[in-house]
Amino acid sequence: MLTYTIRRLVLSIPTLLFISVVIFLLLQLAPGDPMAQVPLTVPPDVKQKMRDALGLGAPIHVQYWKWLVQFFWIEPQVLIDHWFGTGLAEGKLRVISWQTRSPVMDIVVQRMPQTLWVVGMSYVVGILIALPIGIYSAYKQYSLFDQAGTFVSMIGFSIPPFFSGVLVIVIFSVNLGWFPSIYDTTHVVTDWASFKIQLQQMVMPVMVLALQTTAQISRFMRASMLDNLNQDYVRTARAKGLKESVVVLVHVLRNSMIPIITVIALGIPSIFGGAIITETLFKVNGIGQLLLTALFANDLPMVMTLTFIFAILIVLFNLIADVLYGILDPRIRYD
Amino acid sequence: MKIRTLLMGAIATTAFAPAVYADGHEGERGRDGQVSILYWQAPSIMTPYLSGGTKDLEAASLVIEPLARYDENGTLTPWLVDEIPTVENGGVSSDLKSITWKLTEGLIWSDGSPVTSADIAFTAEYCMHPEGGCAYAGKFDGVDNVEVIDDLTVKVNFVDAKPNPYGPFTGGTSPIIQKAQFADCLGAKAPECTEANFNPVGTGPFVVTDFRPNDVIQLEANPNFRDPNKPAFASVTLKGGGDATAAGRAVLETGEFDYAWNLQLAPDVLAKMAEAGKGEPISAFGTLVERLEMNLTNPSPDLPEGERSTVAHPHPFLSDFKVRKALSMAIDRELLVEIGYGQAGRPTCNLVPAPALYASDNTECLTQDLDGARALLDEAGWVDSDGDGVRDKDGVKLSILYQTSTNAVRQDFQALIKDWWNQIGIETELRNIDASVFFGGDPGSPDTFQKFYADVEMYANNFDGTDPQSYLSGYRCGFEPKPSSQWQGENINRFCNEEYDALLDELARTGELDKRGEIGKRLNDIITKETMTIVPLVDRGRVSARSNSLGGVILNTWDSELWNVADWYRIGN
Amino acid sequence: MTDQNVNAAAAEIEMYGALKDKEPPKEPRSQWRDVWDQFRRHKGALIGGGFLLFITLAVLVGPLIWTVDAKQLDIRNKDMRPLYTLLWDGDARTSWAKPLGSDNLGRDILATLIAGGRASMAVGWTAMILALFIGTAVGVSAGYFRRLDGPLMRLTDLFLSLPILPLLLVAVTLFRQPLRASFGPETGMFILIVGVIGITSWMQTARIVRGEVLALKEREFILAARSIGTTPFAIIRRHLLPNVVSPIMVSATLGLATAIITESALSFLGVGFPSDFPTWGKLLSDAVPRMEEFPERVMLPGILISLTVLSVNYLGDGLRDALDPRIRGR
Repeated sequence: MLTYTIRRLVLSIPTLLFISVVIFLLLQLAPGDPMAQVPLTVPPDVKQKMRDALGLGAPIHVQYWKWLVQFFWIEPQVLIDHWFGTGLAEGKLRVISWQTRSPVMDIVVQRMPQTLWVVGMSYVVGILIALPIGIYSAYKQYSLFDQAGTFVSMIGFSIPPFFSGVLVIVIFSVNLGWFPSIYDTTHVVTDWASFKIQLQQMVMPVMVLALQTTAQISRFMRASMLDNLNQDYVRTARAKGLKESVVVLVHVLRNSMIPIITVIALGIPSIFGGAIITETLFKVNGIGQLLLTALFANDLPMVMTLTFIFAILIVLFNLIADVLYGILDPRIRYD
Repeated sequence: MKIRTLLMGAIATTAFAPAVYADGHEGERGRDGQVSILYWQAPSIMTPYLSGGTKDLEAASLVIEPLARYDENGTLTPWLVDEIPTVENGGVSSDLKSITWKLTEGLIWSDGSPVTSADIAFTAEYCMHPEGGCAYAGKFDGVDNVEVIDDLTVKVNFVDAKPNPYGPFTGGTSPIIQKAQFADCLGAKAPECTEANFNPVGTGPFVVTDFRPNDVIQLEANPNFRDPNKPAFASVTLKGGGDATAAGRAVLETGEFDYAWNLQLAPDVLAKMAEAGKGEPISAFGTLVERLEMNLTNPSPDLPEGERSTVAHPHPFLSDFKVRKALSMAIDRELLVEIGYGQAGRPTCNLVPAPALYASDNTECLTQDLDGARALLDEAGWVDSDGDGVRDKDGVKLSILYQTSTNAVRQDFQALIKDWWNQIGIETELRNIDASVFFGGDPGSPDTFQKFYADVEMYANNFDGTDPQSYLSGYRCGFEPKPSSQWQGENINRFCNEEYDALLDELARTGELDKRGEIGKRLNDIITKETMTIVPLVDRGRVSARSNSLGGVILNTWDSELWNVADWYRIGN
Repeated sequence: MTDQNVNAAAAEIEMYGALKDKEPPKEPRSQWRDVWDQFRRHKGALIGGGFLLFITLAVLVGPLIWTVDAKQLDIRNKDMRPLYTLLWDGDARTSWAKPLGSDNLGRDILATLIAGGRASMAVGWTAMILALFIGTAVGVSAGYFRRLDGPLMRLTDLFLSLPILPLLLVAVTLFRQPLRASFGPETGMFILIVGVIGITSWMQTARIVRGEVLALKEREFILAARSIGTTPFAIIRRHLLPNVVSPIMVSATLGLATAIITESALSFLGVGFPSDFPTWGKLLSDAVPRMEEFPERVMLPGILISLTVLSVNYLGDGLRDALDPRIRGR
């Protein structure tokens, strides 16, 4: 397993490089212009000068190489400087956003807290609700609980967040006035009172997002448990006189985890990716909103960097999932 | 009352704040605590010179200011100077080749250093640098050099006579930046000055304390602001993000914010929000006109790439004036306004709807005339010869591809106009394109408004300031987007008219205002009612919303919306 | 067999009373008959299937019965309420000619729902089936054939990392014109959207199926099948696929909902269908700003989407139960 992990890690470097080339080409090919939001009153020749100032005139491979060097060579140096107080990256050009003319990574770091608070929390909440629902629904298949769970989760999944988000805002912010409709990213938690404010502003986006996660994971959990509950080994375990809770929660659950691990591993990178629509609706202004505004503004260095960070996370978490398969089911061997 | 304010403010600017607002709202700086402003497009940078759009320009206007601003009527008002230079007072040379600005005495930057003419000259140098990519280099068009006369006086010399010399250093698009702060940021280095770009030193009422790009900006009152009793607010939070609906809701329905910018919402939605009673929508008109642009060249995909939508191939039917005229006659502009803009729009037939000096009295398009349109098409020989409900002539069908950017109101307009055109026997296919592609200039994309691979397109445009000369000059013959110009150009329709071009030349030579107005009206009439090249639909105002407790707001479409933020105050304290 | 023999046999069974069947012997049963019987016993599946059939018929035949044109504007009769609002509000603006009311441009809501349903169902089903097919194929191949595992899973990683919006813009730029030329504007756009949704939503299915197959192929029954010389394709078809049916079913249900909603998000961003071409998702998103005054405009398409997804879910549950021999007959 260790050799497999190391081999995969080494292999992921060319994979990621290839992915970065594909993404870069895709973004280059996509129609769009960083000048699209500049008012039409600005004359075309001025716009052309602005494009040149952004380095848009350079050939594609030059632009790609520039990004590659900045991302893999200069940004790590900045990180080392930050940690150890060295001066490796001084005077070197970092990945600069076209919209803000400031280093992309600084903004990403600035956006991380709210994305992790809101999207991360919603994921944790979603998983914590989904697993018990999935397990119990399968164990008591077609019981009232199962029927209700199915109904609620499927409705939850089929309602798009641009509707459910506005709905909770109208109910809880406009009519009841319980929660703010706008998330304050500058809010700092220092004591109990400020923590309560943080909770209040998080409740609605977390609810809306958790609904989707819960629906998805509980459905997969239920299906997978159902497959395993009727297997022979379950009968054997019961025949041995094991307690029902041990049979279900140890034997069956462990064998049912493979699809769940897959789904969760696919979901974690998307936490860092933020939730584009929900973040925009509640003005959480995390990574998702950053990506969306960058896409609309055709801010290629920003889009490229963000997408590539997601790609790293995707490759990494899929690797983790593969390793976990081997731990959950020792029969799975990759060598 | 006016005189009292003058004395108290000791500065000319305040004299222009309407007297009623001065009532009982004087007091020490920062007395009203915090004001929260919501921009649904989040500002990304605090300088208009490197900006991607209006949102940045307006955020920057809290901190940095021009020498003179346009007020809510479009009148140039002294801001950092005592008077507007004119030919009469000797500020503008009689040959119109130079203008001399004299700073108000005693102005200081927010860091305590004095504002000098060197800062003004530096601002010009910064924006005119060929490698800087300055977004408002157009403001400095025709400037030869900026000469420092003494500590407070600068003289802007133009290459040629400039009938409108008020380009540089006026309006929100051309504020003064501090030389000491930006000295190392010239040219290619401009983008590297993150600190300066996010936290500029300014003369404005506020200074930045925390700038989070595309998210939120926190500012506090400038301790060195020229008026010791202003601003009334000690701090400003300018939050960005979301959409116009949510922004309207936050001010009008939940009251979480005091001011929301640019609420382009359907009138019934806005009216419903206003019913909640927490605030009110405010609107004002400028020069923004929503219009249909007719393609005079053939956009057919059957033509080889590089020849589509170029002057080499005239349009098969839109080159016929009567067809264009009929298309315009079929439209009920009143209804469009009612559906799409409400109080923030009025029907118009003019490309230049304001200022009054340039606005033509052209109103003939305002009444819808479907029968007249049908008769006109019959007369021109466009009849439905094959009985499929679509008019044709010589095998050419009146079938239109009508494109615009994605936006709820524009899609409603598309549906309505398609319906009317169907009624006069013209088939219409609709297309809507993501705004970032449509308004982008990517020569590789077939969907940009410049490339115009469609028969008719709809968008809105306006001009900067109050002088339409450069706006009207865009439609000069030869200025059309074409492959050789990388599809850049302002003559979207590929319009070509000798009389029009001759009048443009005359306008460029004319300094006398009345005469300029006359030529401007004539140009407007040629391109609208006489040739129907541009079919104006709606004169679009700006709608914003303020909470009931926010006073002193005067919506201004000629400059930044936050132009008079120093005069804002809290009602009821 | 003669009557006499039968009688003799019966007499013999009579003698050993315990061997006697309490009922007369049944016909031999085919496997599919068993499946159908089990399926029929699943009430949810029957209701779900029935509803799905009803919706499909409604959107197909609907325009013949309710002949109002969904694109027809009728500005004088805009903002009509549905007839049922009369139950609690006698003054509501309603009209028998517009049983479900009309939108802000006077388009008939019943007609737009029918037309929108056509588009949404077509997009949902096609994209879902496309994604399911690619996902299962990739997942099974990667899981079963070790040699393909690396390349296919790296390909999955690549697709997972592609940002969908630029991808769509590229697809629109490259393919809209050729597709429009060969299929017309609406069908062309349909193919484009279905294609893009399909090729960007198979990855989850692929990874889940692969994970299951990795575990399954080490089990004894696969070893047994292999030892008697069963070909890999037969193993996949007879032994692996039936065992990964349940995660595939779940993916399918979720995939249908995702496809319908993704389509609306695309229209919302201006890269979807032309603006005058209704779909359920788009009706829903267009109506959100007027949610408080005209709740029916969000509720009706919302309910239709939810019910469709629910019925597919129950149908999937029923099928899964029916296809699982261990559950069947319990």
